[in-house]
Amino acid sequence: MAQIYYLQVLTIRADLLAAMVSHARADHPDEACGVIAGPSGSDRPERHIPMLNAARSPTFYEFDSGDLLALYRELDDKDEVPVVIYHSHTATEAYPSRTDVALAGEPDAHYVLISTRETGPEEGPFEFRSFRIADGVVTEEPVVVEGDPTH
Amino acid sequence: MSVEVRVPTILRALTGGEKVVTASGDTLEAVVADLDGSYPGMGARLLDDSGLRRFVNIYVNDEDVRFLAGLQTQIADQDSITILPAVAGG
Repeated sequence: MAQIYYLQVLTIRADLLAAMVSHARADHPDEACGVIAGPSGSDRPERHIPMLNAARSPTFYEFDSGDLLALYRELDDKDEVPVVIYHSHTATEAYPSRTDVALAGEPDAHYVLISTRETGPEEGPFEFRSFRIADGVVTEEPVVVEGDPTH
Repeated sequence: MSVEVRVPTILRALTGGEKVVTASGDTLEAVVADLDGSYPGMGARLLDDSGLRRFVNIYVNDEDVRFLAGLQTQIADQDSITILPAVAGG
């Protein structure tokens, strides 16, 4: 099978980054989760799809199983993939937990972690980091932000 | 019963990259056994000692089998089966 190796960097538009951070703040103290979809094979995150955290928990997240199927159907129909899969940590650092590593099922995705532990639902400093998680191995990658957040 | 099974990215290493494969069986359990025969290792990725793995979702005709009869869900000819890993973490 052909395997595509991407440059180990997440390039993300500032407005999409801001949308993920807003979602994380809005759901604080529960974990927020979602996807930034992009064209298959492009490695370009373009479309923000906030998901409900079916676990509604400050320490766990899980896409609802029905929502998950609907999401993947929609992505397939549009020839898109989940380029970014993000979730928040609300009391700990923005680094994949052991559970995150054990359950990571998309080796080609950028796993984005946002921590709201500093300011909770308020504006202010936040942590935003991106990782590859494949075969139990976590590799952090740089984040390159493009454009104007008010775009 | 012959059914189409949609395989997620992470399991396509077992199917030679195929996204949709064909399998047979009267129940989901039999379909999984058939898949494991054709694509060795598939069974262990889907099942553990207690049955369907907690963080693997299998849908028969778009219905999560946890809301049907789990591994005993009856499979009819032309049914469609979709496997998706849960998107979850801590």
